[in-house]
Amino acid sequence: MSIRLSTGGRLIDRSRKIGFSFNGKQMMAHPGDTLASALMANGQMIMGRSFKYHRPRGVVASGAEEPNALVNLGKGKRHEPNQRATLTEVFDGLEATSQNHWPSLNWDIGEVNALFARLLPAGFYYKTFIHPRPFWKHVFEPFIRQSAGLGRAPDPRHSDPDRYEQFYAHADLVIAGGGIAGLQAALAAGRAGLKVILCEQSAQWGGRAPIDGVEIDGQPAADWVDAAVAELAQMPHVDLRLRLMAAGVYDHGYVIGYERLGDHAPGQDTPRHRLWRIRAGRIIAATGALERPLSFAGNDKPGVMLASAMRDYVVNWGVAPGARTVIVTNNDDAYRTALALVAAGLSVPCIVDARPEANGPLVQEARASGLRVLTGMGIASVKGLRGVVAVQLCAQDGAGEVLEDVVCDAVAMSGGWSPVVHLWSHCGGKLTWDAAGAFFRPDHARPPTDQKGQGFVICAGAADGALLADETMVNAAKSVGRVLAEHGKSGAAVPVAKAAAEAPMQPVWVMPAGAGVKKRAKMWLDFQNDVKVSDVQLAAREGYESVEHTKRYTTLGMATDQGKLSNINGLAVLAQALDEDIPRVGTTTFRPPYTPISMGAIAGEARGEIFQPLRRTPIHGWHEENGAHWEPVGHWRRPYCFPKKGESHRDAVNREIMATRNGVGLLDASTLGKIIVKGPDAGRFLDMLYTNMMSTLAPGKCRYGLMCSENGFLIDDGVVARLDAESFLVHTTTGGADRIHAHMEDWLQCEWWDWQVYTANVTEQWAQIAVVGPKARAVLEKLGADFDISAAGLPFMAWAEGKIGGFTARAFRISFSGELSFEIAVPAAQGRAFWEALLRAGVEFGITPYGTEALHVMRAEKGFIMIGDETDGTVIPQDLGLAWAISKKKGDYLGKRAQERSHMTDPTRWKLVGLETLDGSVLPDGSYAVADGVNANGQRNTQGRVTSTYFSPTLGRGIAMGLVLHGPDRMGEVLDFNTTKKDAKGEMRMIKARIVSPVFFDPAGEKQNV
Amino acid sequence: MSEGRVSALGGAQSQGLVNIRDIGLQGMVSLRADLAQAAKAVEQVTGVAMPAMRAITSGKACSVAWMSPDEVLILCDHAQADGMVTALSKALAGQHHLAVNVSDARALFGLSGPEGALRDVLSKITPADLTTLAPGEMRRTRLQQVAAAIWFETEAEARVICFRSVARYVFDLLAMSAHTSGAVGHH
Repeated sequence: MSIRLSTGGRLIDRSRKIGFSFNGKQMMAHPGDTLASALMANGQMIMGRSFKYHRPRGVVASGAEEPNALVNLGKGKRHEPNQRATLTEVFDGLEATSQNHWPSLNWDIGEVNALFARLLPAGFYYKTFIHPRPFWKHVFEPFIRQSAGLGRAPDPRHSDPDRYEQFYAHADLVIAGGGIAGLQAALAAGRAGLKVILCEQSAQWGGRAPIDGVEIDGQPAADWVDAAVAELAQMPHVDLRLRLMAAGVYDHGYVIGYERLGDHAPGQDTPRHRLWRIRAGRIIAATGALERPLSFAGNDKPGVMLASAMRDYVVNWGVAPGARTVIVTNNDDAYRTALALVAAGLSVPCIVDARPEANGPLVQEARASGLRVLTGMGIASVKGLRGVVAVQLCAQDGAGEVLEDVVCDAVAMSGGWSPVVHLWSHCGGKLTWDAAGAFFRPDHARPPTDQKGQGFVICAGAADGALLADETMVNAAKSVGRVLAEHGKSGAAVPVAKAAAEAPMQPVWVMPAGAGVKKRAKMWLDFQNDVKVSDVQLAAREGYESVEHTKRYTTLGMATDQGKLSNINGLAVLAQALDEDIPRVGTTTFRPPYTPISMGAIAGEARGEIFQPLRRTPIHGWHEENGAHWEPVGHWRRPYCFPKKGESHRDAVNREIMATRNGVGLLDASTLGKIIVKGPDAGRFLDMLYTNMMSTLAPGKCRYGLMCSENGFLIDDGVVARLDAESFLVHTTTGGADRIHAHMEDWLQCEWWDWQVYTANVTEQWAQIAVVGPKARAVLEKLGADFDISAAGLPFMAWAEGKIGGFTARAFRISFSGELSFEIAVPAAQGRAFWEALLRAGVEFGITPYGTEALHVMRAEKGFIMIGDETDGTVIPQDLGLAWAISKKKGDYLGKRAQERSHMTDPTRWKLVGLETLDGSVLPDGSYAVADGVNANGQRNTQGRVTSTYFSPTLGRGIAMGLVLHGPDRMGEVLDFNTTKKDAKGEMRMIKARIVSPVFFDPAGEKQNV
Repeated sequence: MSEGRVSALGGAQSQGLVNIRDIGLQGMVSLRADLAQAAKAVEQVTGVAMPAMRAITSGKACSVAWMSPDEVLILCDHAQADGMVTALSKALAGQHHLAVNVSDARALFGLSGPEGALRDVLSKITPADLTTLAPGEMRRTRLQQVAAAIWFETEAEARVICFRSVARYVFDLLAMSAHTSGAVGHH
């Protein structure tokens, strides 16, 4: 049973106690504990269940690489699954529950899976759930869904109560990793004056050195670390960040950092996480190395742990997984664990060393302290169901014949170390196989390269394969020296680090080497996804030669730990099975993030009110105060209608339309795009942009025009007003303002760069208000204009400027409703004041504000098209009966050539018509006109579709527009339109509609021209 | 008539790591022209020398900010913006240009506080390098999802221009970034 030792624990504050709970059980911890160390201190070694076989699992590591100890943290709104106990700092009141267990952590029904492990080999799902086909949807998928997933998803009814943010930073150098290599690199760069961000994912500086008894410049590593941090803290150009993980490296020196501000101290009202988005000149990855497990039967049992992790728990937190620990290793480093355990007063019955000989200084020290060292030996199996009770020893070179049973309650294993090369690899840095250390390390000749072809990530220390402290320090100095040289600076004096020398390790991929299939099926490679040596060997036998394919077939390295412990062991086993060299088999791809980061950090501040920018017109506040029902139009909010108390939206729209047609209505049209186009070539430019002629427009006049893409498709429409000889004001649709402005600049800057034209998007400079209806002029006269607004003085399709009611205004006689209409632009700052002045002046005329739906209905009654309704990116003006707006005289315009292509001139293109239901009902939006027969897919043939459909209160019936095959030639014909409803016989209900002119109301245009 | 003229947020304010305020109506004139050719006319009308690339220069009544190789933004009294347009067009007669009053199309915010906090708060929402942005430099950038321009009047006073329609979004972004318990301490 794991225990808290009576002394030791450099990171915990034994003078204080804090309470937390695990699966509802109250437990105590000390400040400085991680959840993993605290659980161990409370005797809780089983922390979770594995994914596939639901095997009981204890913590195996002490850091980011932990595959087993994943828990649900928090509850209710703050519930979060898959949190690593090894990285979770305990705080008072922390609540954790274990995952993937049912009904309880100690007794799990799914554990029977393990009994049938033989029946669940690699590829089991692929092989089993293929036939019979219909079973997939109804039997297999529900079953797999039930058993899939790790942890419990947060309740969708809850929204995350915490705050998140992002932070953009720029630095000459980002150093990932606050061990001695990272600190030394920061010292050298900081002293040379570089702008440095040094980040460390954990809550402590110094990495492994203080635990491993390293001396630097004659003092304990911890003292050197403290001094280094103190010096760095004095440098204003160096930013030291604990709990900030460099999660990913991207092109152009872009680094994503993940800072955990609130996880360890909830209730402080800080942002919970901060996502750093850093532009770094260079990146030093001083990310250390991770110890590898050994593959022996039963290596996944609670109590079997990495040797370095066990040392961490003893030295850092004063906890031990057991009283009697067997060490099993293929290298000298694990002897440090043996010595640390002995120093803590714990028993080490033996050290099992797979190497035929072991005589390094650490081995000798172990022998000298009376420890029993067994060379050439391995572990044949681990005894115990929910923990370790004994190990059986065997010869490493044999098949696993048991030579001795050793009673113990914990096992510390070390299969060697692998440099953490993730940040090097994210952007394409290549690796080389280091045969001596049996690991992949960065290939300096093939770094990830920047825009100048220079390597921009440099590994330092253990991450570069320099595992021993003395080498680490020298390597770090050399690595940072390369960065300094690029800045024309040189490095600082290099401290001398001292650690015990180590004899060479010996790769051991399977223990014992000749283990039979029964043993290999119990040797875990990937603890989280339950992938064993036998699974990888099976994959090899079945022809999976590529490591990437094997990974996906077996799910090796696909769990939330992304194979930090399992990948090298797995590919070594694969290489052996394929009889290939390890470097030839290669690694899988390293992808960011290094460990999972929260969705909250990725979203940052973008949630709630500021999820997206919401654009408001100058009159938005009035709409809000007067009960507008909103419609999103791009990022704008526009009033859809203004319902009165108790009034339905439909009734409000009808009321607004009738009030406008019979009296006067008021529309906030401020969102319409307004672009000034000015210059000697402005007319020529607009002639190219529009299908019709704009250069001939006289100052003071307005003209409607169509814009097409160079592929001929209609992209925008609107009214152009000529301001003076050289200046035009182009009105675009609401959604077109930014897009068309960019379109103009694109052509001006890239194609017609020698034309003298400037544009300016002045959409937001003006509040634009449409005063619409037979009484529109009367309202303006009441308000008082200092210029002629009479029918003769300001006729239809003319504009004028002056003062209206004291407001500087431009009045455009344009109409999208078919009524007498003035669209009046005033400076945005006065928009609301002008709107209110109009309302006051219009009281006696029954002036009625109307929204976008009334606008839509009124334009449809007039047969005016709407970009986005009648067009969808595949429609050309000719389809819409707008040939009159296409100049025959012009040599060219954007889209002209495309519109001459055969498909565009095809007489069978569907054309715009009006549609009138025989029963007066409203056609469903998007409804199709059916035709006889079915197509190749067995679907009913069609001959047209509805593009706009409304109830017209003016006409008291449903009206619609649509595109119909040979439509304009078929006036009076009746078509069947589909619905989503069925009739009594179960057949699709159809609605009959007659093809008519799209202009339903006032076809002669008499009402607008007064 | 000045009656009824309001800025986008009517002088809204927020306190935090830095203080944020809607500065109110601000005259702004956008001028597009060959800047070298137009320098004399601009100086004559505004009293300010043509700024160098990415610079903002200030005179008694006006500031002129470089916005692009063929565009400057002139900041002046709100009431004088129309007159500024007329004067520029007159002074630039014969030269191809576009001068237009954009005062009401924009919102202007003032941020005041300790220099480090100002730079930290802005760094939460703009990818621009706030370490190197010195007073006298105009930076066109984005504040998360919208376009903006930022500059420092002094080390303790920054300015933000955005489009009027998104003034509330930008104000809320700034206010959240300046939340008192969100100090970064990077700058």
